[in-house]
Amino acid sequence: MLHIYCPHCCEYREEEEFHAKGQAHIVRPLDPDACTDQEWGEFMYFRKNPRGIHHELWVHAAGCRKFFNVTRNTQTYEIKEVYKVGEKPTIVAE
Amino acid sequence: MQHYSGFGLLKHSLSHHENWQRIWRNPTPKKKYDVIIVGGGGHGLATAYYLAKQFGVTNVAVIEKGYLGGGNTARNTTIVRSNYLWDEAAHLYEHSMKLWEGLSQDLNYNVMFSQRGCLNLGHTLQDMRDIERRVNANRLNGIDGEVLDAQQVKEIVPILDCSSDRRYPVMGASWQPRAGVARHDAVAWGFARGADAHGVDLIQQTEVVDFIIEDGTVVGVKTDRYGEIKADRVGCVVAGNSSVLAAKAGFELPLESHPLQALVSEPIKPILDTVVMSNHVHGYASQSDKGDLVIGAGIDGYTGYGQRGSYGTIEHTLQAIVEMFPIFSRVRMNRQWGGIVDTCPDACPIVSETPVKNLFFNCGWGTGGFKATPGSGNVFAASLAKGEMHELAKPFSMFRYHNGALVDEHGAAGVAH
Repeated sequence: MLHIYCPHCCEYREEEEFHAKGQAHIVRPLDPDACTDQEWGEFMYFRKNPRGIHHELWVHAAGCRKFFNVTRNTQTYEIKEVYKVGEKPTIVAE
Repeated sequence: MQHYSGFGLLKHSLSHHENWQRIWRNPTPKKKYDVIIVGGGGHGLATAYYLAKQFGVTNVAVIEKGYLGGGNTARNTTIVRSNYLWDEAAHLYEHSMKLWEGLSQDLNYNVMFSQRGCLNLGHTLQDMRDIERRVNANRLNGIDGEVLDAQQVKEIVPILDCSSDRRYPVMGASWQPRAGVARHDAVAWGFARGADAHGVDLIQQTEVVDFIIEDGTVVGVKTDRYGEIKADRVGCVVAGNSSVLAAKAGFELPLESHPLQALVSEPIKPILDTVVMSNHVHGYASQSDKGDLVIGAGIDGYTGYGQRGSYGTIEHTLQAIVEMFPIFSRVRMNRQWGGIVDTCPDACPIVSETPVKNLFFNCGWGTGGFKATPGSGNVFAASLAKGEMHELAKPFSMFRYHNGALVDEHGAAGVAH
């Protein structure tokens, strides 16, 4: 069971209260109509799936219902850092 | 290869079973192969077997970083069925089902394939409508299926709680009589033994750490134990680790690797002689020949490579099982484990060419790859032998995520993915 710190509630809560929403920092193309099929397909479906440091979006679904980012090791499941949407992570994969 | 038979068993009993041949060699790899298969799980070994047996490509190596069949092949809940909604998926899984039906004879190895039938329960009106649609689609594709009402379900599984006052009452089910279970380890071992007998080198305890790519064409792999090994074609069948290898080849896949858990109970007397799955309350169970209940459910929401999952998910699974089978409420669970499944956005696999020439990937089987083992190996072997994708594999190209031709089996396959 992961123990996750919600940066909005400023508390550690159990994993059950949260939902993982996949890779963080995916930027929607500014002009979708100008995208090639390749670019649009990659935006829609292609995801980083690293074995190691990963930045992901989580939502405190059964709490404040706000989104935030988590930097987590996908092999040890250790949470390295929690930061709000719009902020930059201080720990990044090399 | 030593042929297995009842007579052979009798003969070896006279020497106290001490003179059985080893069932595969442990060779040192050659410098070059026609085809290298990365990953010695069920799908990889099946690919090697069919390459050598059916397509006459015998200069083949399977390179496995651990031991044969030690990944998801050893961790699944052994269910085999082919009741998928869409034509593309139905044809592929039915191709596999037909191979399952003759597999033990073909391999001369008992994979204990037992066609005990599979029920996919419906708990709401919408569930029942989806079931009717799916069964109709199955029958149009020549796949056996029936829609049952709650009374008929109760006749097949008397211990299932079909009373109408439950929170999630059983309203009916789809029933595929030809579905069933098989002994997972035996499938890997049978394919390995068959492949080895046809001259395939099975290289264990050797990790592929990188590819050798020249001018956009793969010409071999780099391994941790034997250095470089050359090959004309390379097929990657590494399930949860596909993204990691694809990154080494310089491209991304639309995969996310999640932990999927399963658990078995203490052995109990025979009580459940079919497979029961429920999409709605989300749990599934069957009983093994040893007597333990084999239970599985959904993936953990987050991605991970840890081969373990969350307690919350197990708790959820067991709630569903007890809701369906109140009689199991005091059965103790013996073991619990996790495997890493590579899930695709449309819950269908990728059996495909890649941006790198002569490099092929077979991955993305997500939570339901075991049932496809022979079929997946067969079509992948055909593709590797000819250098172009088999007809059944064509809809499962990784480029479908660019052109939008997705095969969306989410929930349509009778179980949530």
